Amino acid sequence: MAGVTQNDKTHMVQLVYRLKLFLPLLIFIIVAVFLVVALGRDPNAMPSALLDRSVPEFSLRVLGDEDRYVGQEIFLGEPSLLNVWATWCFSCRIEHSYLLKLSSQGVRIVGLNYKDNGKKAKNWLLEMKDPYALSIIDNIGRFAMNLGVFGAPETYLIDGMGIIRYKHVGVIDDRIWYDHLLPVWESIK
Amino acid sequence: MIAEYGHFALILALALALMQAIIPQIGAFAGNRLWMSTVRPLVAAQTLFVLISFGCLIFLFLNDDFSVRYVAENSNTLLPDRYKISAVWGAHEGSLLLWVFILALWSSAVSIFSANLPAHLVARVLAVMGFISVGFYFFLLFTSNPFDRSLPFFPSEGADLNPLLQDVGLIFHPPMLYMGYVGLSVAFSFSIAALLSGDTDSAWARWVRPWTLVSWIFLTLGISLGSWWAYYELGWGGWWFWDPVENASFMPWLVCTALIHSLSATEKRGVFRSWTLLLAIIAFSLSLLGTFLVRSGVLTSVHAFASDPTRGVFILTFLVIVIGGSLLLFALKGPTKNAPSGFSDLSKEMFILINNLLLMSLTVVILLGTLYPLIADVLGWGKISVGPPYFNLFFVPLTLLLAILMPIGSVLRWKRSTTVSVRHYFNGPLVCSIFLGGLFPFFYEGYEPIAAVTVMVALWIIFITLRDVWRKSAQTSRSVLHGLIRLNASYYGMVVAHIGVAICIIGVGLTSTYSVQRDIRMEPGDQVNVAGYQFKFVAIGPFKGPNYIADQAEIAVTRDDSAVAVLYPQKRRYLASGQTMTEASIDSGIFRDLYVALGEPLKGEAWALRVYVKPFVIWIWLGSAFIALGALIALLDRRYRINRRKAVHA
Repeated sequence: MAGVTQNDKTHMVQLVYRLKLFLPLLIFIIVAVFLVVALGRDPNAMPSALLDRSVPEFSLRVLGDEDRYVGQEIFLGEPSLLNVWATWCFSCRIEHSYLLKLSSQGVRIVGLNYKDNGKKAKNWLLEMKDPYALSIIDNIGRFAMNLGVFGAPETYLIDGMGIIRYKHVGVIDDRIWYDHLLPVWESIK
Repeated sequence: MIAEYGHFALILALALALMQAIIPQIGAFAGNRLWMSTVRPLVAAQTLFVLISFGCLIFLFLNDDFSVRYVAENSNTLLPDRYKISAVWGAHEGSLLLWVFILALWSSAVSIFSANLPAHLVARVLAVMGFISVGFYFFLLFTSNPFDRSLPFFPSEGADLNPLLQDVGLIFHPPMLYMGYVGLSVAFSFSIAALLSGDTDSAWARWVRPWTLVSWIFLTLGISLGSWWAYYELGWGGWWFWDPVENASFMPWLVCTALIHSLSATEKRGVFRSWTLLLAIIAFSLSLLGTFLVRSGVLTSVHAFASDPTRGVFILTFLVIVIGGSLLLFALKGPTKNAPSGFSDLSKEMFILINNLLLMSLTVVILLGTLYPLIADVLGWGKISVGPPYFNLFFVPLTLLLAILMPIGSVLRWKRSTTVSVRHYFNGPLVCSIFLGGLFPFFYEGYEPIAAVTVMVALWIIFITLRDVWRKSAQTSRSVLHGLIRLNASYYGMVVAHIGVAICIIGVGLTSTYSVQRDIRMEPGDQVNVAGYQFKFVAIGPFKGPNYIADQAEIAVTRDDSAVAVLYPQKRRYLASGQTMTEASIDSGIFRDLYVALGEPLKGEAWALRVYVKPFVIWIWLGSAFIALGALIALLDRRYRINRRKAVHA
C-alpha cells in the first residue's frame, strides 16, 4: 500500500510540474490577444496627443496677403482639411493635383506653408493652381511643432468647432482618401 | 526580365523549402533513412535559389530599374553604388528577402557542420528551419513582393533612399542584426527537434551552445552598430533611446545572454533542462516578435517604415502558429525531470539561476514598456507611450544588481562552494574597488555619487575576474605561465566578455553623468567654452555631395590655446526627396568625444549650434566589442571543434 501512495505522490509532483510548463503558453496567448486587437487599429492615425482637442493657438500671416494675421477662428463654421506643405517637399508636388481635385469637389482645404520661402511658395501656387482656401505661413515651424507635425506633407481633419479629428502622415491619394479620410470627413460634415 | 527571374527563383525556393519542411520530418518520424537524407540537398538547392533571387534584386538596384516598384521607391540614379546595395534592405520587402536569405545561410551552415550529429536530429532541425523559411516566403510572395512591377506607367526617376539610411553604419547594421536574429532560429530548431524526439539530455546543450554563441556575437555587434549609428547620424548625441525597434533587438539579446549561461549549466550539470529549452524558444520568438513589431506598424517609431494591416495579420498568424505551436509542444513534451544533482545556495548553478531571473525580469520590463502604448490603446487609456524614465527606473537597479553578482557567480564552483573558501576571493577586490571608485570623481569637476558607484562596480568586476585568472593559473600548475596556457578557451572567453561588461558600465555611467550639452546661437567668429574646450565658429559655406547639397560649418576646437580638432558639421538637403538632414561632426577619443551638430539657420549668418562634450562615450562600444570578442574566444574551445571525433556520446 505504502508503495502505491509513494507512486501516486510522484505522479502528482510530475503532473504539477507538467501544468507549470503550460504557463508560458498561457502568457503568450494573452499577449497575442492584445496584438490581435491592436492590429485592428490604425497606428499612424493620431500619434500626437491632440486628437479630439482644439487646434493649438496661433497667430500667423496669410500667404499672398502678408499684412493679415489669422488665428483659430479660420477653422470655425465649417469642417476643413489642414494640409502641411512646402515647395522643398517633393511629395507635396505629387499630392498637389489630388488636393486640386478635392477642392473642386467642395472640400475646404487650409494650407500650412511650412518652413518655406514666401516668393517660391507664391510662384508654386501660380504655376500649379491653388487648392487652398487660404495658406498660413509658419516660417519657424512653431505652430507646426505645437500641432505635432513630423514633416511634409501631413493632413489634419478639423471639424467646424475647430477640433482635430484625424491626422494623416504622408501623401493623400485615392486609396488614403476613400479608406481613411472620407469616413471621418462624412462624420463631421 | 531580371525581375521575373528573381521572382521565379523565389517561387522555386518556396517549393524547395516546403519539401525541406515536410519530407525529412516525416522521414524522422517513420525512421526512413532515405527520406531523412533528402534534407541536405534540399537545403543546398533552396539556398542557391534564394541567393539567385537576392542577386537579382541587387542587380535591379544597381541598374536603376524603376519599373520595379520597390526599386523606384527606395533608390535614385544619383545614389552612390554602395548605398544602392544597402537600399536593397533599406525597406520592408528587401529586408524580408535578406531575412530569409540569411535563414538559408544558417540552414546551410547547420547542414555542413552537422556531420557528427545523428541523422534523425539533423533532419528534424533542418525541417523546422525549412518550416520557418516557408512562412517567410509566403509572406514575401503574397504581401510584400520586392519584384512587383509598376507597369505600364513607371517613374523615370526613383524616390531615393531615406537620407537617414544613407550611411556606412546602415550598410552593415541590418545584415549583422539579422544574422543574430535569424541565428537564434538554430537554437530554436534544435529545441523543437529535441522536444519532438524526446531526447533532451545534456548532449543537446553541447550541440546548441556554439550556434547560440555565434548568433549572440552577431546580435551584440548588430545592436552596438545600431547604437553607434544613432549616436553620430541622428544628430541628437544620444546613443540609446528606448525606441521600440531598439527594444525589439535588445530583448532577444537579453534572453540569448540568459540562454548562453543556462546552457552551460545544462551541459555541465544536467540542470535547468526544461528552462533552457524554453529560453531557446523565447529567444527566437522575441526575434520574430521584433520583426512583427517593426514591420506591422502596430508601434510607430522612427524606424517603422512599413505599416500595412494585411501584412500585420499575416505575421501575426505566423507568429501564433510558430510561437504558440512550440510553446504547446513544450507544455506537452517538456522534460519534467532534471538530473538528480542538487546544488547549494552558494554555487555556480544558483548564481546562473539568479542571472537568468534578472535577465528575464529585464526582458519583461522592456516588453511591457514597449507594448504599453498598445496595451493602453486596447484598454482605452488613449495613445500613450512610456519614455526613458520608466525604462531607466527599472533597468538601472536591476542591471547594477546583475553586475555586482556577475563576478561572484563566475568564480564559484559547481554544486557547492563553502563560505570560508570563497570569502577571501572577494575581500581584497571589495576594499580596492570601493576605495578607488570613491576617489575617482575627484579627478572630475563636481563630485557625482553615481560616477563613484559606476567606477566601483566596474572595478569590482575587473578585480575579481582578474584575481580569479591569477588564482586558477597559479594554483593548478607548476608556473603561472604554464597555468595560463592550460586554462581553456571558454574560460578566457568569459573573462573577456565580463571585462567588456565592466567597460560598458564605465561608458554608460560616466557619459550619463559628465556629458555637457550646449545649444547656442553662433555667428562666424563667435567662440564658446564648453567643459574646458574652446569651440570657435570659423566659417560656414556651401558644400556639394553626390546627391545632396549642404551648408558646411568649420569649427576649430582648442584647449589651453593648443589646437585639438577641426570639425565640419553639415546641414544637408537631399536633392531627390528634398529632405534635410543634420550631419554631426565628431572628434572621438578614449576619454572624451567632441560633438558638434548644426541646428537651424537664424538671421543673417547666424546658426543654432549644438555642442557636446561626452566623456568616455566610446567605452560603450568598446565594451560591446569586448563582449563579442569574448564569445568569439569561447567558440574556439576544444569541446566545440566540429571535426572532433564522435561528438555523439551523451
